[in-house]
Amino acid sequence: MSAEDTPRVEDTGFAKKAAGPVKWIDERVGGASLSKGLIRKVFPDHWSFLLGEIALYSFIVLLLSGTFLTLWFQPSMAEMHYHGSYAPLQGVEMSQAYASTLDISFDIRGGLLVRQIHHWAAALFIAAMMAHMLRVFFTGAYRKPREVNWLIGVGLLGLGLVEGFAGYSLPDDLLSGTGLRFVDGLIRSIPIVGSYIEFFLFGGEFPGNEIIPRLYMAHILLIPALILGLIAAHMLLLVYHKHTQWPGAGRTNENVVGYPVLPVYAAKAGGFFFIVFGFTAFMSAIIQINPIWVYGPYNPSEVTAGSQPDWYMGFAEGAVRIMPNWEWSFLNYTWSWNVFIPAVGGLTSLFVILAAWPFVERWITGDDREHHLLVRPRNAPTRTALGAAGVTAYGVLWAAGGNDIIATQFHLDIFAITWVFRIGFFVFPVLAYIITKRICIGLQRADAERVLHGYETGVLERTPDGSYSERHAPLDVNRQYALTNHARLPELTETPLVDENGVELTGKARRKAKRRDKVRRWYYAGAHDKPTTHDVDHALEHFAGHEGHPVELGQEFAGVSETGVPKQH
Amino acid sequence: MGGVYAAFQPGSPATAAADDSRTVEAGRELFLVGCASCHGENGEGITTKDGNNYGPSLVGVGAAAVDFQVGTGRMPMAQLAPQAPRKAPVYTDEEISQLAAYVATLGAGPSIPSEDVLDWQNATPEEIAEGGEFFRTNCTACHNSVGAGGALPSGRYAPSLEGVTAAHIYEAMVTGPQQMPVFSDDVLTPEDKRNIIAYVKTVQDQPNYGGLGGGGLGPVVDGLIVWVIGIGGLIVFAIWIGAHGARSKKKANA
Repeated sequence: MSAEDTPRVEDTGFAKKAAGPVKWIDERVGGASLSKGLIRKVFPDHWSFLLGEIALYSFIVLLLSGTFLTLWFQPSMAEMHYHGSYAPLQGVEMSQAYASTLDISFDIRGGLLVRQIHHWAAALFIAAMMAHMLRVFFTGAYRKPREVNWLIGVGLLGLGLVEGFAGYSLPDDLLSGTGLRFVDGLIRSIPIVGSYIEFFLFGGEFPGNEIIPRLYMAHILLIPALILGLIAAHMLLLVYHKHTQWPGAGRTNENVVGYPVLPVYAAKAGGFFFIVFGFTAFMSAIIQINPIWVYGPYNPSEVTAGSQPDWYMGFAEGAVRIMPNWEWSFLNYTWSWNVFIPAVGGLTSLFVILAAWPFVERWITGDDREHHLLVRPRNAPTRTALGAAGVTAYGVLWAAGGNDIIATQFHLDIFAITWVFRIGFFVFPVLAYIITKRICIGLQRADAERVLHGYETGVLERTPDGSYSERHAPLDVNRQYALTNHARLPELTETPLVDENGVELTGKARRKAKRRDKVRRWYYAGAHDKPTTHDVDHALEHFAGHEGHPVELGQEFAGVSETGVPKQH
Repeated sequence: MGGVYAAFQPGSPATAAADDSRTVEAGRELFLVGCASCHGENGEGITTKDGNNYGPSLVGVGAAAVDFQVGTGRMPMAQLAPQAPRKAPVYTDEEISQLAAYVATLGAGPSIPSEDVLDWQNATPEEIAEGGEFFRTNCTACHNSVGAGGALPSGRYAPSLEGVTAAHIYEAMVTGPQQMPVFSDDVLTPEDKRNIIAYVKTVQDQPNYGGLGGGGLGPVVDGLIVWVIGIGGLIVFAIWIGAHGARSKKKANA
């Protein structure tokens, strides 16, 4: 269909009918000028850009399903006897919170489904945030000018963890109470002030009667409001900065190539919302999550084997599980390093490292340019390797949080597992760093090789003297462009040890400059730079001159079929 | 305690006594072949040079211990291990009762529970709920809230209660096999034990409300599902959406 065949939008029947109401609104709230920019806003297309959308849509699902649950949930720790439909708990004394959660599960039509949707969506929300964050990290999308948006994202992740944990604690079943007790211990491990904070939060000794109403307020009002606000800021900055894009033909640091919001991107994103909602609902309809009825009501003297937090708190649980039992009694206080270092230290350091990284990298590279093009992970080997090391350390802690499940399911000794994780927490990230860095450099070399010597055609030639060689054909120009679009490595000359006025640095400032120089060299060490134009010209000559390296295969050539017949585009 | 076993045997007292001694003798012969190498020829146990048990003494363990250990296949052990695993029983039911009768003669110990102690099917909802309270107080810390089992130090474990007969659960409570503590009748009355069994059986027999369950393993399995099925599945959709452009008719003029 050519452009001439397409009727202009204002000539369609729909537009003629819609013109009246649209004009009415525009005259009163002035939507046209506002939406004009927005609806023509261009978004680039790539599957990895949709990870954040999964998080966003899961959050909407959470708001909808959560609203339903508030209609019946009783955030009260008042004791009562259960007389609902679930027979094995008949007459058992429990809190109203637990009883009303049982009612939602067994006596409210659709309640169990909505509860499961809410819980699966929560687990998905944080998983999607994390996947989105990893995508942003490994593609360098957090670099200038997007550092603030990265920080907002880190804040969202932190709030997501707290929000998820608060929700996990509300039903007041044996599992959620055990999780609450874990956090209680975490708070009390804070030296000196820990027990005071505990009394402040719980309104007295654990568990008290206050914590569930308080968590409920935080869970349905305070934290969702904060998350909503941060999401709004996150999206506004996204629109303001424009979305990053992958390098490719026609895509530069100054433009955005993609589809406008209306009609294409809105349809795609809107459709994806329904996919996420439908997928979550489908999962919730067929897969059980958090069967609170089998855990029974919370009782501080009881516990069940296999008590774990939801997955996103698993790394903190694991850190505590593998920590040696270091504890002091000193100055009339107990110093619980065994809990404080892994739990409080672990949670804090995760978020400190995440928040600090863009600024640390900026300090190392000294790169002050704006970046709107993404970097393939291989083209930032040290960053990618550091990311892999971080993911590995997180993974070790995460797995350690399930050490008992690993022990029973794989018939292993829980002590052996714990020791593997204790040592592995320090060793595996180093291995991951080294291996990832080598893989990245290998891939960089392979890219350079393809740019310079073309791709392997699969056509084998035999020379009259009997030797075999494979024909290579030059890479398509678009592909060459995409492979060489990233920035060249900086010249790592000796950093001049003088300040901006040319005066020789001395003492502390000099040592600082030297240290930075050292870190910078480490950061770029080993990375394979992209070919220079000289390299490319040289390679072209080689192509032209070398016998048996036919240029005439040309751009139409697309390899050969299994029977050796050249394929055409 | 052989007399208690004999009390369940049919027939007149005289023939019962004769049957009884025959049973004990048959049990002793089985014992000498299959058990004595570790537990000693008279069930007195064998001590290693450094004072550890090679096989513990069976004096006073009672018929219940034999019925549990041999009936669940834990004894005879196939190999040295931190813990004897449950496996298919090596002996027939008759041989097990003979072995039990013999071991019961070594010293007074708990007997095999009778059918009327085990009538958990007739437990009222209140009794089941009470059994649940006892179960959560005494059992879930090791065996998990649905009896899926749990890990213990040094390769030992609390086994799953799935598919374990009521009699074996009862015997485990009174004899405290391997890592398990003994729950004597002073601690948990026979009725409490029967209510616990009723609760476990009820929870295990009820449908998995809410869909496919993670086998009672809790949030670890949920986390696995969220990442593999949830994020994995949605990424498949994301790739599908990302791979499609704006053309409504694909390759209309191709």
